[in-house]
Amino acid sequence: MGVFGLKEEEIKHAIKLLGREPNDLEWSVISVIWSEHCSYKHSRKYLKDFLTKAEWVEQGPGENAGIVNLGDGYRVVFKIESHNHPSAVEPFQGAATGVGGIVRDILAIGARPIALLDSLRFGPIEKGRNKYLFEGVVGGISFYGNCIGVPVVGGEIVFEDCYSSNPLVNVMCIGLLTPGQKSYRGKAEGKGNLLLLVGAKTGRDGLQGASFASEKLDDEVHKKRPSVQVGDPFLGKLLIESCLEAASTEGVIGIQDLGAAGLVSSLSESARRGRSGVKVYLDKVPQREENMTAEEILLSESQERMLLVIKPEKAEEIISIFKKWDLEAEIIGEVIEEEKFVVYFKGEKVVDLPTELLVDGSLIFDPPYKDYEVPNLAFDFGSRVKKEHVNRFLEELVNDLFIKEKIYRQYDYSVQTNTVFSPGFGDAAVLRIKGTNKGIAVVVDGNGRYCYLNPKRGAMYAVTEACRNILCVGGRPLAITDGLNFGDPDEAEVFYQFRETIKGIDLASRALEIPIVSGNVSFYNGQAENTIFPTPIIGMVGILEDLSYLIKPGFKVVGNPVYLIGDFSWLSLGGSKFIKDIFGKIEGEPPYVDLIWERKLKFFMEEIRKERDIVLSAHDISEGGLLSTLLEMSFWGEKGVEIVLPSDKIENLIGEGSGLIVVEINKDKEIKYLDFIEKYGLKTQKIGIVKEKEFIVEPFIKRNINEFLRRR
Amino acid sequence: MMRVGVVVFPGTNCDMDTYHALRLVGHDPVYLWHKEHDLKNVDVVILPGGFSYGDYLRAGAIARFSPIMNEIIDFAKKGGYVLGICNGFQILLEAGLLPGAMLPNITNSFICKEVFLEVINNNTLFLKNYKVGEILKMPIAHKEGRYYISKRELEELKENNQIVLKYYGENPNGSLENIAGIINKKGNVMGLMPHPERAVEEILGSTSGLNLFLTLLE
Repeated sequence: MGVFGLKEEEIKHAIKLLGREPNDLEWSVISVIWSEHCSYKHSRKYLKDFLTKAEWVEQGPGENAGIVNLGDGYRVVFKIESHNHPSAVEPFQGAATGVGGIVRDILAIGARPIALLDSLRFGPIEKGRNKYLFEGVVGGISFYGNCIGVPVVGGEIVFEDCYSSNPLVNVMCIGLLTPGQKSYRGKAEGKGNLLLLVGAKTGRDGLQGASFASEKLDDEVHKKRPSVQVGDPFLGKLLIESCLEAASTEGVIGIQDLGAAGLVSSLSESARRGRSGVKVYLDKVPQREENMTAEEILLSESQERMLLVIKPEKAEEIISIFKKWDLEAEIIGEVIEEEKFVVYFKGEKVVDLPTELLVDGSLIFDPPYKDYEVPNLAFDFGSRVKKEHVNRFLEELVNDLFIKEKIYRQYDYSVQTNTVFSPGFGDAAVLRIKGTNKGIAVVVDGNGRYCYLNPKRGAMYAVTEACRNILCVGGRPLAITDGLNFGDPDEAEVFYQFRETIKGIDLASRALEIPIVSGNVSFYNGQAENTIFPTPIIGMVGILEDLSYLIKPGFKVVGNPVYLIGDFSWLSLGGSKFIKDIFGKIEGEPPYVDLIWERKLKFFMEEIRKERDIVLSAHDISEGGLLSTLLEMSFWGEKGVEIVLPSDKIENLIGEGSGLIVVEINKDKEIKYLDFIEKYGLKTQKIGIVKEKEFIVEPFIKRNINEFLRRR
Repeated sequence: MMRVGVVVFPGTNCDMDTYHALRLVGHDPVYLWHKEHDLKNVDVVILPGGFSYGDYLRAGAIARFSPIMNEIIDFAKKGGYVLGICNGFQILLEAGLLPGAMLPNITNSFICKEVFLEVINNNTLFLKNYKVGEILKMPIAHKEGRYYISKRELEELKENNQIVLKYYGENPNGSLENIAGIINKKGNVMGLMPHPERAVEEILGSTSGLNLFLTLLE
């Protein structure tokens, strides 16, 4: 193949760094590892300034996943990753291998994968290929996740025109390290240590997958099928068990998964991290097909493979573990001192490149950027809204709940017996940690519509919303993994969106003191004329230091007062779900995000949950406004509510805003609650009480929740 | 106290959950590896859920030929206690230790949700701590859980009181006669699709499964 996908200046740069013209195979190697997907050449410069440290952070970005300390020797490991391009071509396998890939990132740390969350975006289901894509993706996640026995505990699904034919499939995986369990880095070091390739045989699948994910999809998208890998969850499950068993021995130096760019990136990145080199014999690689070329073996993205760097004296013991699980395990080379990536094939040296050139040598691109106009709120929707609009919107919100429930049922959420409530129930998923009284809360959140209208503000909103979600189940937010999805970075407006998004995430993460410990960037989304909204997805993990801090979702006790924390005046129609669903408009300014307020709100919730019996249920206001919040609290608790709004302004009911939480307060603790509010400088107002079955929001809605529940 | 063994096939994924549930009630269970022929002197064998051999071909169809299955079949024939949960149930059907077969769910999709069960008979060690007519809550998680059996065999099942658990209220997968769990004629072998090991702690939503594991302590 030689050179592919590199710009003229990159070709010159490579020759200059190397001091000679690379041979054809070396060009292939450089091309694939300098692809956007592997080198982050458009984003590296911006990502490095994130807040990545905190007392509780054990490992930040740059490794296979971030590690956060939970105390008492327990550590949580997590990362989010996208599999957008493959899912656009072959949704079932694209999504399945997306799950497999992120699971192996967690496995490379030496941690057991304990949960998955998926953040999905599709075009409207009734248009074109969208239904096929949607069903394929959900089926693929279910197929892989269920089989490997890692529960899908949460996620989000959004339908929007801009994702037509280019779905976003971001999967977050959580792993756990228990006391005394070693964590590993993907590094090769120590001259003479051996490179052990384990798992599946190497085939011709997924060739150039990394490069394919580094360009925009075109109408010929179906022809890219060979670039999509095929997943085997059964092998994936065996790989989990065998790698964990191997990781518990004394002979492992480093572990690295094989993902994009296959052996090339796995080997060269490991060597670079260990400031060593590797010498590899491709003939030793177990092959699925006959007559594979050196290039095919090196670039194959065959799934379910891992690389272990091991001590020679422990090789026999470690290999026997993989044989026990009926997996391939072959020594394919060794660690050398010279910081080079050296490859032999059929007795000949075919690649000899410095690892520094491969991993850190690519040019950094900082393309031009340009602000763009977005439509203002064209007219005063407030005065045009009629009762039938409100009723139609309520119907849509109810339907959304059922659709999501139907999807979540296809995922095994309860395997591993840690899942405290089922997906779609509550603001965030909660997992208990066996053997302790601790729990973790996990969530993925993003709002592409807000980010399109105002990228910086939308990104800030995504961080603060994830934070509120963790708080609403009784958690203390600890750290973030960010999945950044954009169009073509060489388009000035896209790069503007990217820069602004980074600023927004950074500001909110600093203000709330929630560091970023891992992440993923996916550029070149969109197909033909269709450009996706900038869609940063925030994955957040929080801790429940004591499971008694848990705030169970849904209204609990009839007669308890319901309060709003925040102010009705912050609710607006800009970028709201209501004007999109009912009037088909995406316009206006998204909600203002007051980071000082959000910070106070965080400290307040972190403190009051420890009292256990003041806040009995909590849910933040986000998409769909107060109406959606109340509906879900009723739905989850199977209780009604009676609310009196301060006026008949429609914004009060369906306007969206940041920093608002609806809480049900124990009626015997109202004074204590109000004391807390005052102590933290917040404002609140009583808006109603919990009822048996009536669902009343004066002056707009008077229904009975049984009408909705019956449809379940 | 009875000694309990939990079988691990390649692809089993509820082995640790079952082990955990047993530990929780005070057992000291052992794992039994599918390639071995030794049942380690256990009194009860549990075949846990999962995707043994990836459920390729048909759920449970390949696991049934694992070396350890020879011993388990002998053990069951001699009256040893054998419990199959979910995929374990499917394996017991494939191995002929229980009658009938599993078809894909009527929805043709994987279903994971909490369901209600009614105890129809408690004439087996595993259910003797439950009352007939008692309603239990446990999650199901399977794609092939629609129990099917020929009319003649169904009559036999009924005559011998071999139907022990039925779905109560909603039948989630289309099982014949709402059947969720059955035993063999002697009552020493039982299979059920729902997961009792996922229903042993209040924090996870149900404790309906506790009595099943507690029985084995006696």
